[in-house]
Amino acid sequence: MKKPKVIILRTAGTNCDNETAAAFRMAGGEPEFVHINELARAERSLKDYQILAIPGGFTYGDDIASGKILANEIKYKLNEDLKNFINSGKLVIGICNGFQALVKAGILPGLDNGVMEATLSFNDSGSFIDKWVELKSHSADRIAQRCIWTKGLPETIYLPIAHGEGKFIPRDSDILKRLRKNDQIVFRYIDNPNGSIDDIAGICDTTGRVLGLMPHPERHSLGTQHPRWTREGLKEYGDGFAIFKNGIDYVKEKL
Amino acid sequence: MEWKIEIKNRKGVFNPLGNGVKKDILDLGISSVKKVDVSHVFIISGDITESDAKRIAGELLADPITEEYAIGPVKGPKGRVVEIAYNPGVMDPVEESAKKAIRDMGIYGVKSLRTEKKYFIEGKITEEDFKNICEKLLYNKVIQHVAKERSVKNGLRGSAYKFKLITVDMLGADDKKLMNISKSGQLFLNLKEMQEIRKYFRKLGRNPTDCELETIAQTWSEHCGHKTFRGIIEYEEEGKKRIIDNLLKNTIIKVTNELKKPWCVSVFKDNAGIIRFDEDDNICFKVETHNHPSALEPYGGAGTGIGGVIRDILGVGLAAKPIMNTDIFCFGLPDAEHKKVPRGMLHPKRIMKGVVSGVRDYGNRMGIPTLNGAVLFDERYTGNPLVYCGTVGIMPKNKSFKSTRPGELIVAVGGRTGRDGIHGATFSSGELTHESGTVSGGAVQIGNPITEKKVTDTLLKARDRSLYTAITDCGAGGFSSAVGEMGQGIGAEVDLEKAPLKYQGLNYTEIWISEAQERMVLSVPRENLAELLDIFRKEDVEAVVIGCFTSNNRLKLRYNGNVVCDLDMGFLHDGTPRFERKAVWSKPVHKECRYKTKRNFNPDLLKLLSSWNVCSKEWVIRQYDHEVQGQSVLKPLVGVKNDGPGDASIIRPKFNSKKGIIISNGINPRFGMIDPYLMAGSVIDEALRQVIAVGGSLKRTAILDNFCWGNTDKPDRLGGLVRASFGCYDTAKAYGIPFISGKDSLNNEYSVHGKSVSIPGTLLISAISVMDDVTKAISMDLKEKGDLLYVIGETKDEMGGSHYNLINNCVGNNAPVVDAKKGSRIFDKLSEAADFGLIRACHDLSEGGMAVALAEMAFSGGSGIKVSLKEAPSQVKKDHVILFSESNTRFIAEVRKEDKKKFETLMKGAAVGLLGEVSGSKDFEVYGVNGDKIIDISIDKLKEAWQKPLRW
Repeated sequence: MKKPKVIILRTAGTNCDNETAAAFRMAGGEPEFVHINELARAERSLKDYQILAIPGGFTYGDDIASGKILANEIKYKLNEDLKNFINSGKLVIGICNGFQALVKAGILPGLDNGVMEATLSFNDSGSFIDKWVELKSHSADRIAQRCIWTKGLPETIYLPIAHGEGKFIPRDSDILKRLRKNDQIVFRYIDNPNGSIDDIAGICDTTGRVLGLMPHPERHSLGTQHPRWTREGLKEYGDGFAIFKNGIDYVKEKL
Repeated sequence: MEWKIEIKNRKGVFNPLGNGVKKDILDLGISSVKKVDVSHVFIISGDITESDAKRIAGELLADPITEEYAIGPVKGPKGRVVEIAYNPGVMDPVEESAKKAIRDMGIYGVKSLRTEKKYFIEGKITEEDFKNICEKLLYNKVIQHVAKERSVKNGLRGSAYKFKLITVDMLGADDKKLMNISKSGQLFLNLKEMQEIRKYFRKLGRNPTDCELETIAQTWSEHCGHKTFRGIIEYEEEGKKRIIDNLLKNTIIKVTNELKKPWCVSVFKDNAGIIRFDEDDNICFKVETHNHPSALEPYGGAGTGIGGVIRDILGVGLAAKPIMNTDIFCFGLPDAEHKKVPRGMLHPKRIMKGVVSGVRDYGNRMGIPTLNGAVLFDERYTGNPLVYCGTVGIMPKNKSFKSTRPGELIVAVGGRTGRDGIHGATFSSGELTHESGTVSGGAVQIGNPITEKKVTDTLLKARDRSLYTAITDCGAGGFSSAVGEMGQGIGAEVDLEKAPLKYQGLNYTEIWISEAQERMVLSVPRENLAELLDIFRKEDVEAVVIGCFTSNNRLKLRYNGNVVCDLDMGFLHDGTPRFERKAVWSKPVHKECRYKTKRNFNPDLLKLLSSWNVCSKEWVIRQYDHEVQGQSVLKPLVGVKNDGPGDASIIRPKFNSKKGIIISNGINPRFGMIDPYLMAGSVIDEALRQVIAVGGSLKRTAILDNFCWGNTDKPDRLGGLVRASFGCYDTAKAYGIPFISGKDSLNNEYSVHGKSVSIPGTLLISAISVMDDVTKAISMDLKEKGDLLYVIGETKDEMGGSHYNLINNCVGNNAPVVDAKKGSRIFDKLSEAADFGLIRACHDLSEGGMAVALAEMAFSGGSGIKVSLKEAPSQVKKDHVILFSESNTRFIAEVRKEDKKKFETLMKGAAVGLLGEVSGSKDFEVYGVNGDKIIDISIDKLKEAWQKPLRW
């Protein structure tokens, strides 16, 4: 079958586009860089792709708040197209700044239509932090897990974070309850680095096809990216690679 | 209509920003503040209805979950309130992006948008405390003001400009008047130069315009012209005099010319040095300084410093892609008493925090990993910190050279031109005084990294389609420097009114010399223009034709058709009178330390690990994104807990290739206090040591020099610079390592009560090395119990300038000497051993000597050691010397027991000693030359001592 087509969405301040594309390419996908202006001006169409990836970065400088201006742009310029994209069974992943944008555009967690049900706010430390963290993946204790991106992941995985505004805050306790009940909390920090409520590091939507997370799986798709490979041995792939592979394999099988 | 929207946290929401300010207030010694709240103020004016304003506030500006908004003034909690706004003309990066977002919402009437920060301070504080908090923490008068004092404007943002040609009366000016012109115009030109200019215009029979004079001053500035290094120096040492005609050519450049390395692609010509990487690509490296702006406004100064060196890389050849940053800072002591900081200067801790956050916010937003660096402290950097910013780039082989052709269009790309950054080039060539902040405020800017990121993305697309033939960044000197440089040898014409402006009111000279950030200049063949502009337009990057290159060798500028500058390019570039200066060097005599025999060195080692230069810099490093681009192979923090101090850093710039780039830095001003010649040798050795320590080789290694010195008009300062340059030549030549680029920042002095204080002459050597296989990289943390520990290299009684002397309050006189013959052998053998996979951990011996290196390796690997100094190669059988001397070309290496024979055979001919082994316990045990246990302490204690000082 043809290689799944992945749109790597770019705009002013996107900066993890190359490594995200590299991870999808290694997983067997065909990534293409598309600037949001090209979608907004209908020069290219979401319809032609099976996966939308919103990579990390500092879109629009994180001015006002992280991911906010991109979220606003998505809401006003791509809203219908994106809804159709998701409803037609396709996949979305937002990493770091991409996660912030998806949350602030009301797409994640997506319990009720289009309103912000959570936010990502300043780390408790008040400062940007680059650090590797252990994440507990929900797949270990669930057989019929919701998120298609994280199927078969080991119980814990190791990924880097690099953010100043990564503290996940649900709007209220009801939202948190529903996230838990729906099995939408995909990753939790084992040693919470930013004060996120319930240690939340990543969530999916109710379909399980839209994933957002603060840690960077693309920065641990190769063995040499691990901070301790010089002492623990060199593996070919890093822990994050499986996420991209899951996405690509899903498209190959189901779409 | 003007709307003031205030955004503040909802009740009960955790408040990290306010808490941070509260902590800083405590640092000032004010402990009575209970709480600080910060709210964000947006002042929006234009054709905006109240319902628009509410939508903007509710949907865009406030986070509905954590924040609430109010339109009009908000009542805060009790206490003092202060509102901080940017000075007119200062870049407010939020303005542009917020306006875009409002347009995205379908609201089009916004004319201007400004942001302010409002602080609510609760607690009993005096009026003086409050004033202190405001001035020392919350704002910097160079770029900001307290909002109610709006009248305190320095007029940067003006009303419409009406053209009027200004000429400067030079024809009739006597020497005194010439110097007045230079001084009052902030031209920083000396009498000889002013006379030369007068001569030129007398020949023409007319007076220069202000614009012509500014253009000459900028082109001839120390910053752009390196007059000292290229001038004539009468050098005297121990009574012997000699004339040096062009120091640069006779030392630094000479090494490269003599070595003739075939892989040196472009050296000392372009923005950065270029070397070959693989069959397809070249790599380039440049390190710049941004000292004076960082002294006045640390955040903006450091941010624009990194922004500037990134543009250097974008402007090298036909543009390279920036792939890594390295930053080296020198500050005053962070625990300096506030009252001891000279008037008009900021406290070192504030400078440090500002510089780090400036580099963080710019580098991280650009998506370039900051992978390597160093931070040094010395009292003499208090009024004049050093901020070195370096960037590595990669480019296709066939994009490594530029050539402008007559008839091509001059296209300005990126940020708009504003009144910010006027006189940066000339300002950086002078001395700092307590008035620098007020007089030269315009020289300090706030950068907008997102503009630069957009330029980077689009520029590389245009490069790959070969749409332009030359490119230069607008650095110091703005258009003047960029267009002047590109038009050298051919000529250029510019219509200044075509340059896009941030706001109206700039006169023609201001447009020409403004150093507003994030701008590049391209030379574009006419037939490519439409395609080129389309690439930029698609991603909202502004690009405008402002003129064209000619063939008459003249620089001609017009403003709405009026000629405002008409200079001969030959005079502009080659008319500078040569500098003639005197330089003297005599060896100073410093106090020697007298050390008594000691039985236990536990306290000494702890003290060294806690000293400012040695202690962990994790607080800094973690604020930088060192993972972005996904290519880091050896990160700045290594070891079992990812917190040990790695030597060099390694990246692999291509996901499908194992080839890598090693970057390292060597710097140690303390050796320079004894002899700058020896300092140069030692810091070159240090940079190379780190390359070797991580598993690299010297085969394809090049270095960059970066001199930060005091006022070289003074013969003693210049003498030191000459000595250091000699040291550079001798050491680099002996090691066979070419220089590929360099930089000098002179006049790093500041005056206190009219007396000049110079920084210690500081030479930074940065190394770049190509590594064939990154999977052979070695980190410095100890790996496994039972492994053997070797020291490689001879330890000599070279305590002069050591950190052990420093903590014992003396300098000493016997600074380390480089023995390049022995050194080369060690370097080559060690890299061979690494290539064979015989080395499991390796660390170079630098600040704090062998004791510190062993301690760092032990606690980074989470394992104790048991070693004896008996076998350490050394003529001196003194424990404190072997432990703490900072002799060159030494390493500690960890080797498997089963590799003992192989390793020792391979290393034959180099000084090697088996010290002991990795014990696997928590104890750090060292036995002295007499067999007594002289250090016995847990690695946790060592680590705590090392981590504590900068755990902010």
